[in-house]
Amino acid sequence: MQEQAEIWDWEMFFRALPPVLEGFLTVTLLVTVVGTAIAAVLGLVWAMLIRLAPQPVSGIVKWVVAFIRMTPIVVQLLFAYYAFLMFDAMTIGIVVFGIHYSTYMSEVYRAGIDAVPKGQWEATTALSMSTRRTWAAVVIPQALRATVPALGNYAISMFKDTPFLLVIGVVEMVNAAQIFGGNNFRYVEAITLAGIIFLLASYPTSVLIRRMEKRLAYAH
Amino acid sequence: MPTPTDTADTADTPIIEFRDVEKRFGDNVVLKDLDFHVNRGERVTLIGPSGSGKTTILRLVMTLEEATDGMILIDGDPLTHRIVDGRRVRLSNREIKRTRTRIGMVFQQFNLFPNMTVIQNITESPIHVLGQSRAEATRRARDLLHQVGLDDKADAHPSSLSGGQQQRVAIARALAMDPEILLLDEVTSALDPEIVGEVLGILRRIAEDTDITMLIVTHEMQFARDVSDRVLMFDGGSIVEDADPDTMFTAPAHERTRKFLRAVLGEGQIGTR
Amino acid sequence: MLENIQATVEAWPFLAEGLWVTIQLTVLGSALALVLAIILGLMAGAPTRALAVPGRIIIEFFRGTSLVVQLFFIFFVLPQFGIDLPGMVVGVLALGLNYGAYAAEVVRGSIASVPRGQWEATTALSMSPVHRMRRVIFPQAWALMIPSLASLMVHLLKGTAIVSVILLQDFTFHLDQLRRVTDTTWAYAVVGLVGYFVLALALTLVMNALEARAKHRLGRGPSLREILSPTPTGKDSLATAGRGT
Repeated sequence: MQEQAEIWDWEMFFRALPPVLEGFLTVTLLVTVVGTAIAAVLGLVWAMLIRLAPQPVSGIVKWVVAFIRMTPIVVQLLFAYYAFLMFDAMTIGIVVFGIHYSTYMSEVYRAGIDAVPKGQWEATTALSMSTRRTWAAVVIPQALRATVPALGNYAISMFKDTPFLLVIGVVEMVNAAQIFGGNNFRYVEAITLAGIIFLLASYPTSVLIRRMEKRLAYAH
Repeated sequence: MPTPTDTADTADTPIIEFRDVEKRFGDNVVLKDLDFHVNRGERVTLIGPSGSGKTTILRLVMTLEEATDGMILIDGDPLTHRIVDGRRVRLSNREIKRTRTRIGMVFQQFNLFPNMTVIQNITESPIHVLGQSRAEATRRARDLLHQVGLDDKADAHPSSLSGGQQQRVAIARALAMDPEILLLDEVTSALDPEIVGEVLGILRRIAEDTDITMLIVTHEMQFARDVSDRVLMFDGGSIVEDADPDTMFTAPAHERTRKFLRAVLGEGQIGTR
Repeated sequence: MLENIQATVEAWPFLAEGLWVTIQLTVLGSALALVLAIILGLMAGAPTRALAVPGRIIIEFFRGTSLVVQLFFIFFVLPQFGIDLPGMVVGVLALGLNYGAYAAEVVRGSIASVPRGQWEATTALSMSPVHRMRRVIFPQAWALMIPSLASLMVHLLKGTAIVSVILLQDFTFHLDQLRRVTDTTWAYAVVGLVGYFVLALALTLVMNALEARAKHRLGRGPSLREILSPTPTGKDSLATAGRGT
């Protein structure tokens, strides 16, 4: 068996395309999209509970959210995987990602709500608006404007974190690349391909988000 | 705009009454043992240096702040606190809200809702608080927009309007609630000097065409003189002088008032703080 | 419960070893990340394109490809070209490169946030670029960047948990062993998550102390001693001596 003399083997690269792309399209994208959706909704729930619920509920939620946020998603994946044996690894992965990132989003929502100018709250008092109406018609729409770019950035972040799923055996893109590399005794093409896909997907998206951020700022 | 009403039977009860009101922020006592009243249909302007407490009075009436002691009565009804068996008791939020819907306010910074169009800003509370139908609220809103000269801006967003236009919308929004009392907190201080006139013009018309009670804080002395029935000079949280505009502006009785007016009128147009 | 505690105590030597690996990865990885961040941050923020463009490219490259891709590249691909590195080096390299790129953005942003007037003053005093960066700009930027760097450090700590896939026996690796002799909840949740949480808190506290010290050096806050002292408004001479304007 001769030494691996070539640095790059194009044939190997194209053979790696199908499994790596399959991992990307069927797992990586799916987890990112559904996970981000969960995080966006749950994050708002946490933020409003922390802000509006009475003690001790508010305090408990605050601490649990901080605890989840500051601990490794890898350990949370492993915990959920072994604790909830009735669910498959992919479902567990999506839920854990959703919950973990919802704790980041809760901070974003909190900042967005705090950024709503005090004058807006005073105007709702002057117009005798109910609490429900104040939040639904004035506060949340304005808070959300600031959160959309942040949500986009966390979606990209989650996208780049999906390889963590391989600790519970989910065959996402990087795991697929590694398996291919292991089967063919050559890793460089497959791993590089995974890296290229990550770069191609995340870099233009983050540029777009930066542009959206500038356009979304209210002209005061 | 509200039409003139027959006030013969309620002429005796002041529409706003402050009894022994104190307002402190921590250690800072802004108002102490404050007694004054405003009669129905009166136009009262509060003048005085910044920090004298005049804006606080407006904010207390609008329930943006609550008095730390004393009582505020609106048309004889307690606003936020009542005295029960010698003890000061806070009213429920529902009771406060019932009184508060009779009061409207226009802010220095306009505070229009940027995520709604002009017409949505104006119809929001008439629909959800006063229970008007969308059709009726919209009809009345368009009528108000016509009166402030902004018919064509109904579907515009506040961010596309100039400061003066935004303030005119804010006035329409406040009037859409049909308030008995209108509070005006330095409503022209954030506007370019050339635009000030168009907003004051609308307020003058409101003063002329309606019976609405107005409590005004302003630096626009000519406007105050034209529109007010009474002018109150505040300093350090108390009333220094209470007189009709002519007396106040030509022959004030107190030295403090004289000093203030000399500084304010002597330098001509007063800008923001 | 009692058997769990017993089993954990018995397993402690292995857990401690794993903790030590995790701590090493975190500290060394952060050190490398900081060095890279300063170099890349200065490059990306430089006025000359010859520095700024490569700096920007390197930053976006390591931010855009994922940590695990970089880890696998160093672990699987480099050996095929004769570069065989020990596990700890692989881990530290991947963590340092990845988080260094993120931290470079923080460095660049903080330097750009130093008020214009400071730069202009150094020009008026005819300071050379190196001199002004070292003595005026960077010390001020440093105080600004610490909170973001602290947050990135906690991210790095959380990221170390993935190295078990390249057979590094860190804390997470040993948690799996603990699971086999106790149970899932005890091993991963009680010992594991709480353990990492304590580490993260300790990290945050250290960074907060660093930030307080940096701010104090700029005369913008009380000294660390004042913050930590039990007396509420210390009137000791040290307080008045150390305080700036």
